Amino acid sequence: MDGKVYVVTSGKGGVGKTTTVANLGTGLAKLGKKVALIDADIGLRNLDVVLGLENRIVYDIVDVVEKKCRQEQALIKDKRYSSLCLLPAAQTRDKTAVSPKQMGELITQLKKDFDYVIIDSPAGIEQGFKNAIEGADEAIVVTTPEVAAVRDADRIIGMLEAEGLSNPELIINRVRVDMMRRGDMMNIEDMVEILAIQLLGIVPEDENIVVSTNTGEPIVLTEDAQAGEAFWNITRRLEGEDIPLISLEEGVVDRLKRFVGLK
Amino acid sequence: MIDLMKGMFNKDELQSKDLAKERLRLVLVHDRMGVSPEVIEDMKEELIQVISKYLEIDKDGLEMELDRQENSVALVANIPVKQLKKR
Repeated sequence: MDGKVYVVTSGKGGVGKTTTVANLGTGLAKLGKKVALIDADIGLRNLDVVLGLENRIVYDIVDVVEKKCRQEQALIKDKRYSSLCLLPAAQTRDKTAVSPKQMGELITQLKKDFDYVIIDSPAGIEQGFKNAIEGADEAIVVTTPEVAAVRDADRIIGMLEAEGLSNPELIINRVRVDMMRRGDMMNIEDMVEILAIQLLGIVPEDENIVVSTNTGEPIVLTEDAQAGEAFWNITRRLEGEDIPLISLEEGVVDRLKRFVGLK
Repeated sequence: MIDLMKGMFNKDELQSKDLAKERLRLVLVHDRMGVSPEVIEDMKEELIQVISKYLEIDKDGLEMELDRQENSVALVANIPVKQLKKR
């Protein structure tokens, strides 16, 4: 049976698409699934670095579509999970190096061998984005609690729906509970209401993310990291588990502990 | 702690999240309909001309915007009338 193909997109750059792809891919591999991650951001590749695989690249996605190598040759095995593979973007080419048709054929091939294919879309709404959504069965839209990011997410949702990806799911990244409580950050409910799509997960802002990108170790593997826990929960939701959304209201006991320095 | 107390006492004050939500709501109404703010401005000018034929209105106090409620979009205009024109 063919695997499921997700595209992770956002419109706006810098909201956490690549981080999301790296963590969901690693999480699914940890659950024993066969996963292929595709970096569709040709010319600005980053997924390799976030996964810590930048030194292993020999061939890339353009080499595959130009038939300079076989598909298996370009797929890089993850250091931690052998069931996780990365198809890197080309760094010295641009988005026109791959056509939507070629992308579609590539994905048709890949999903035969994997349980999940997750495509990391570039920012923007141009050809790179159009390539990235070609062949996807489902879309995940990543946004942050800012006017510009939510606005772009809305536009992307409209474009996804026009391309037949009619039920995209939403991840709200870089959430700061303290600012929400103060009324200085839009509420989750407000954003979900405005965008009118299904909420897949909330990821808190977490300093550990910076550390994880420094080291090339996805945060989903770090115990006790809030963002890691959030990505782990999203991973399990993708697998059909019924995991409640992370409680945003920190309990009174937690607050007290933090106050006296126990936490 | 100070933040917590601020949150308790300043409930009536406009919070920046409300401003964000309002600005987002308005910008999305235009984005989704493909109507630019300039079009609204042109429409406003023409509307002033038409209404001015019949009523004396406060042109500076005139407000016009697209508003979205639930699933419908409305053109909402608030036009302060100074007095009926003597004909």
